[in-house]
Parts: sequence; C-alpha cells; structure tokens
Amino acid sequence: MSEKEVKNLEAIFDARIARDEKIEPKDWMPEKYRQTHIRQISQHAHSEIVGMLPEGNWITRAPSLKRKVALLAKIQDEAGHGLYLYSACETLGVSREELYEQLHSGKAKYSSIFNYPTLTWADMGAIGWLVDGAAIINQVPLCSTSFGPYARAMVRVCKEESFHQRQGFQIMMTLAEGTPEQKEMAQDALNRWWWPALMMLGPLDAESVHTEQSMKWKLKRKSNDDLRQQFVDQTVPQAKMIGLTIPDPDLKWNEEKQSYDFGEMNWDEFWQVVKGHGPCNKERISARVNAWEKGKWVRDAAMAYAEKQANKEVKQAI
Amino acid sequence: MKNWPLWEVFIRSKNGLEHRHCGSLHASDATMALENARDVYTRRMEGVSIWVVPSAQITASNPDDSAELFDPAKDKAYRHPTFYELPDELKHM
Repeated sequence: MSEKEVKNLEAIFDARIARDEKIEPKDWMPEKYRQTHIRQISQHAHSEIVGMLPEGNWITRAPSLKRKVALLAKIQDEAGHGLYLYSACETLGVSREELYEQLHSGKAKYSSIFNYPTLTWADMGAIGWLVDGAAIINQVPLCSTSFGPYARAMVRVCKEESFHQRQGFQIMMTLAEGTPEQKEMAQDALNRWWWPALMMLGPLDAESVHTEQSMKWKLKRKSNDDLRQQFVDQTVPQAKMIGLTIPDPDLKWNEEKQSYDFGEMNWDEFWQVVKGHGPCNKERISARVNAWEKGKWVRDAAMAYAEKQANKEVKQAI
Repeated sequence: MKNWPLWEVFIRSKNGLEHRHCGSLHASDATMALENARDVYTRRMEGVSIWVVPSAQITASNPDDSAELFDPAKDKAYRHPTFYELPDELKHM
C-alpha cells in the first residue's frame, strides 16, 4: 500500500471514531492503534491478575466466614476480569503466551499499586475502597471506548466492580466503629494507601505522554488530573463519614471551584515503583512466574488427554 | 506441548432468548471449555445454557468485502412496509 493510500485509510478511520462508530478486530486499523491497544489492554489484564496477589495474602486470615467468602468472590472476579481482557487483547492478533511472556519478563507493566504490601486486614478494606474506587473512575469512561472488544469487556468489568468497592468500604467502616485499636488499624491502612491510590490515576497532565492520541481514540475520555480531582472529591466525604482522616495537611475545600485542593504527590516514589524498585515488585513477578512454570505439567497433561480422546473418536469413526 | 486452543462462548441468558456471543477462553477440550465458561462468564446467574465452539471452526465474512456483501440490500426500500403508501383510513395493516 502506498503512503497516500494509508493516509486516506487513516482519515476514514479517524472519521469513523469521531462519529462514535466502533472498531472491530478484523477492520482495517492503523498499526499504531493496534499496538497502543495491545499495550493498554494487556497492561490492564496483567493488573487484574497481579492484583489478586496482595489480596490472596489475607484469604486464610479473614476475620469471619462472611468476610472470607466475599474476599474469595472478589478475587475470583479479578481473575475473570483478567480473562475477559486477555481475550479482548488476543483479537488484535497477539497470543496469550506472548502476553504472559511480556509480563513474566518485565517487558509489560501492570498497575504499580500492586507492588505495595498488604500488612493488616484493614488493607483489604483500603484496597476495595480506594484502589477499586480509583479503578472504577478510570474504567467507567472505557465502557464507551472505540475498540469493540475492549468496550464490551469493560461493561462486564464495571458491572462487577461496584461490589468490590462496597465490600472494602464496609470493612473500613466496621473497623472505624470498633475498638480504638481497630480504628487505628483502619487509619493506618488509609495513611499507606491514600497517596498510591491518587497516583494510580496516572502522571500529571503536564507530564502525560499518551493523552492526546488516546483522547482521539477514546481510550481516554478525561485527563488524569480531572479523574484524580473526581476521586478526591468523592472520597473525602466518605472518609469523614466514618471518622477517618485523609493523610494530607494541604487538603482544603475550595469554595470557588467547588472541589478540594490537595497536596503534592511524591512522584519520585511513583517512578521508582514503576521502574521495579517498589517494596514487592520482585515478589509479585516471581509468584506469577512460579505459578506458570509449576502449572506447566498440568497444562501439558490436559492437552495430552484431549489429544488421546480425539484420536479415540477418530478410530471409532473409522 | 501445544497450547490450549481458543473457544468462543455463547450464553442463553434465559429460556425464550437466543444464545449470544459473550467472549472467548482457552481450554484443552470441549468439556473443560464448558466448565471454564461457567466460571468465567456466569458467576452471577447470567445464563441457563452455554455453547462453546472452537474459534478455528468459525468462518467469518471479511470487512473488506462489506460493500459487495451488504450494499445490494441498501437500494431495496420496497422490502420494507413503509415503502407502500396507503390511505390513512386503512386500519390494521
């Protein structure tokens, strides 16, 4: 195809997206669109899968059967979300094995927030309330993104996600209404998760490299700073309601803009964690690699069995 | 050893409705594909029946051929009831 023809196809493609038409896997698309989507959807899938690890840490130590079944169900949903997203990503012509390989080798990223440790039961509350809360804010606009399989996966994810946030908030609420030690445990979890949750919504707009193109493709519908503001404005009253304090001395209601002003984030820490130097980066990846490698004989055995059964059927047919 | 093949999953949400495509998954054989589909796509009673089909068995039309496949229907307005202008007094037709 000549350069002029490609330009022409690109113009038609951009116009389709501008008209809110969806792009389906077999449609022509610019190579950059394909690669950007593979990167974003797979990062998203990896985040769901790695996101199970910090919570898995507390299943056996959940304080009651009710809490345990809820946490199990939440983690199972995360596995499901990862699977929806991997499937959506594979429609772009990349295999599941390549995607796993990118995660295991460190080539692909996942949300940095999962590189923090889960030290107490209250962390299960803080993760559901803040981390899932921030994730929902990020994900709702993606239900109307331009790539059909991603948008459809996100509709499912968002439907299931709101139980995650509610169960987390309820854990925090219960602890905050408990003994002074329990309340302190809830406050400590909020102190540790607040800033990483804010940074989950991405770098400052001024430093975000992908924003403009992503906006055009509807991979992003609001800027990182706008999403973050929305998160702060909705979360601060929730903390007040259960008597916990947001760990930010600069947090202040701004009457003029009718929203909260808040302090500066520690971006050095953020980039350190992204680059692999967070408290749990190595542990998370080694847990994934371990599960994949130790599961190999099971995958092979299942495949060998399937082939044996298929051969039997052929013989019977003859 | 070969990787587990891809399967397309179709779910009937309740009797009286058709099976609808809802996504795909990997499994070593049809039995496992059904079991995985149950866990991945019906955790909240989304279905009463599941179909799984090996993705490789699906023959799909090519979007590049859309014009010759679908355009012939475009200029056949006479296939729609509104093409036939009839007096307003006429009821129930």
